[in-house]
Amino acid sequence: MINYIWFFMILAGVITAASKGQIHLVTEGVLKGSEQAVVVAAGLIGIVSFWSGVMRIAQEGGLTRALARLLGPLARRLFPKVPAEHPAMGALLAAMSANILGLGNACTPLGLKAMGQLQALNRDKDTASDAMCTFMAITASSLTVIPTTIIALRLTHGSLVPTDIIGPIAVTTFCSTVVALVLDAVLRRLSRRRVLPWL
Amino acid sequence: MAVAVHGLSRWAIPLLLLGVTTWGLSRKVPVYESFVEGAKEGWQTAVRVLPYLVGMLVAIQVFQHSGALAQLIRLLSPLVNRLGFPPEALPLALVRPISGSGSLALLAQVFETYGADSFIGRLASTIMGSTETSLYVLTVYAGAVGIKRTRHTLATVLLTDLVAVITAFYVTLYFFA
Repeated sequence: MINYIWFFMILAGVITAASKGQIHLVTEGVLKGSEQAVVVAAGLIGIVSFWSGVMRIAQEGGLTRALARLLGPLARRLFPKVPAEHPAMGALLAAMSANILGLGNACTPLGLKAMGQLQALNRDKDTASDAMCTFMAITASSLTVIPTTIIALRLTHGSLVPTDIIGPIAVTTFCSTVVALVLDAVLRRLSRRRVLPWL
Repeated sequence: MAVAVHGLSRWAIPLLLLGVTTWGLSRKVPVYESFVEGAKEGWQTAVRVLPYLVGMLVAIQVFQHSGALAQLIRLLSPLVNRLGFPPEALPLALVRPISGSGSLALLAQVFETYGADSFIGRLASTIMGSTETSLYVLTVYAGAVGIKRTRHTLATVLLTDLVAVITAFYVTLYFFA
């Protein structure tokens, strides 16, 4: 599926630019995208290093194990194939906690840390494991309960009650996370039975 | 409330950093040494994720910069309007999965045009707050560990985004109409 979407974006871009007689826009897009990728990847170096370091301290101090024990029952249900005592469980919980609390630039580094631990458990290194799929699905569905950036932006744009969207956001986030979990389980079964060959 | 939320978000990371190091030292962890050991992973992660990011961001930029995205929004607007969804929020809903900074700019634009406390402003806030830059998450998370095949997850993520936008619409209606 990713192959089709990727190709669609390029094809649509070329056709649109050509029909406007501005084909150079495609070339500009290529340059902009490549440059942006380097900026994003470079931006990750420092902050991922930092949080990986902090996570190592937390692991050696047994903090992630304590977190895993505290939230274990829930996590075991979400990720049944991850051993409860494995560092992956602690990393998954740390990443999800950071997302729930909306800890901005800590979320991606902790998420990548968790992915790394899951990859250690993964047998086929090119293909995402079940736990990875579930983890990516719920992360991409957004777990954030307190949307600080949006509240700040509302405040600067003259909102009289900038926080009144916390309720609707919490309800919607909860619904979409449940939907992500259900879809993950359903589509996993469908794709295994090859009902939807394009998946 | 806004002040409390703001205070919480400002204190969270400093407290976490202090908490983890204090806990580590009390458990006799050589905190600096294990920090450095752990931090070695940062470089590798960034290098590993680069090809995935180039692939995805080039396609997204070509799609956006050529005007294809704007064209798609023009095509879809009357359709979603007929379904009862305000087309003013459509650009945000379509850009949200592919660009974090782009969607934030669109949100600010909605606030400027319609007001932060208007229905459109609140709907846009709810959409923004209850979704993620899902395609970016998928690209970076899978890329960081060298996963090429994400199986059914792209479909899961895109369908979830669609459901989230529809849910956001009805929830916002329920709360503010």
